[in-house]
Amino acid sequence: MPIQVNSIRRLFPILHQEVNGYPLIYFDNAATTQKPQVVLDALTQYYEKDNSNIHRGAHTLADRATRQYEETRESVRALIGARESAEVIFTRGTTESINLVAKTFGSKFIQKGDEILISTLEHHSNIVPWQMLCEQNGAILKIIPITDAGELVMEEFEKLLSTKTKLVSIVHASNALGTINPAKEIIASAHAVGAKVLLDGAQSASHLEVNVQELDCDFFAFSAHKLYGPTGLGVLYGKRELLEEMPPFLGGGEMIREVTFEKTTYNTIPFKFEAGTPSIAEVIAFKPALDFIVSTGKKQILEHENDLLQYATEILQEIKGLIPVGTSAEKVAVFSFNIQAMHPFDVGQLLDAKGIAVRTGHHCTQPLMHRLGLEGTVRASFAVYNTRAEVEVFAQALAKIVSLKNK
Amino acid sequence: MSTIANIQDEIVAEFEILGEDRESTIFYIMELGGNLEPYPETFRKDEYIIQGCQSKVWLVAEEEEGKVIYKADSNTDITKGLISLLIRVLNQRSPKEILEANLDFIPRIGMGNILGSQRSNGLAAMMIQMKRYALAFQTKQNA
Repeated sequence: MPIQVNSIRRLFPILHQEVNGYPLIYFDNAATTQKPQVVLDALTQYYEKDNSNIHRGAHTLADRATRQYEETRESVRALIGARESAEVIFTRGTTESINLVAKTFGSKFIQKGDEILISTLEHHSNIVPWQMLCEQNGAILKIIPITDAGELVMEEFEKLLSTKTKLVSIVHASNALGTINPAKEIIASAHAVGAKVLLDGAQSASHLEVNVQELDCDFFAFSAHKLYGPTGLGVLYGKRELLEEMPPFLGGGEMIREVTFEKTTYNTIPFKFEAGTPSIAEVIAFKPALDFIVSTGKKQILEHENDLLQYATEILQEIKGLIPVGTSAEKVAVFSFNIQAMHPFDVGQLLDAKGIAVRTGHHCTQPLMHRLGLEGTVRASFAVYNTRAEVEVFAQALAKIVSLKNK
Repeated sequence: MSTIANIQDEIVAEFEILGEDRESTIFYIMELGGNLEPYPETFRKDEYIIQGCQSKVWLVAEEEEGKVIYKADSNTDITKGLISLLIRVLNQRSPKEILEANLDFIPRIGMGNILGSQRSNGLAAMMIQMKRYALAFQTKQNA
């Protein structure tokens, strides 16, 4: 059954407002999604009723908070199909998840002369941690090229792979163009040469049905705030055998078993990687977001978003001077484009004047923009609560901008 | 020649005619960018880019007979329009006048509200850079 978008919209209080005199059309979902009321309530309820530090307190509130915190971990496990919840580590976001792998897996398993493969599509957060690692230990960063449509050149990827490759860290779905990469194929090829694979799932986790066991990826990173959850919370999935072998990330409370001034022994996973007091409220409030996704149905969400993307692609193409950027056959609900002879910033500002929120600029993918010969793009990205009617208003607003510009 | 304060009043009056409609205000600003004199290509270098602007802005100034002449350009039309307003207010003035100028037309035309904080910071960076040029010329004149 298709989703009932009007009922869904009622769950998101932020959507029901005017911006600059027009009903808000929020098309910046690849940056962050809005939060349903249940998430907001969970945040408040935690601070009103259950606030306490987890895992150590010998009292009822601590027990309640701990239980809820661990329930979210189980929900995340179920969402991504991990074998066990101990393989789910809470971080501050995708960026921290990737940095964690670079600092711990990287420092132990990647040596001078070893190679790390990333692609031209990567977000800066999947480029810079590897550059930092390479600078530190003399490893070499290699880049998988893309076609003009924004797809990986798989033959080149296969050529770049060798026994020197220790890690392939690749975006599952591109934030700037929407391209969905053939993750399964990439992982199988990488494993064939003994390399591990990190999938940057910042954009895929919310749109695609992800099963880390089926994919057989070694690491999977994503952020709660792009899945209708709170900000400041991310997830790193890792295979148990790897997580156990990896040294800790940060040192402090929670991550230890025993500390003496001579020697510290570390806690088991996932706690080994969760030093200090975590974002307890955010973790607890992430569960209702995940429940919302599950009860709405990932398949139904994907169908709805695909419908919006197809509809947008169809009607926006009729606008004279609109140039779509990123035309891969497989895309998540991201429509990136430019308007001839207009800077993306100007287009974004004019859309904002009509209450339409889009992203403009390089989308933290400067090497990708450089490869495409662009300064940036305008990006409309859709979520479960967007409607065809909004896409139509958006298209009309763009058409008017173009006609006024060419007057 | 009108004073800096007079020109600012003129600009405010022009924007009042546009009313509340953001889209037409933004288009008006974009059109103003067309009034900018062509930017000399020899100065299109990184050292003339103003730091702190989200879009690229090049700014250079010369002194002619005790007056400051500004030339500027940007890669976005809105920014070009805003620079053209700044230049209209400050061009052909003595360094002293520029340094003493109270530039208040930007908030008066409601631009801070339209631009958002990032671009407003960029605009502030432009004004500072224009005043820096004036200060440099004043220092030279007094030397």
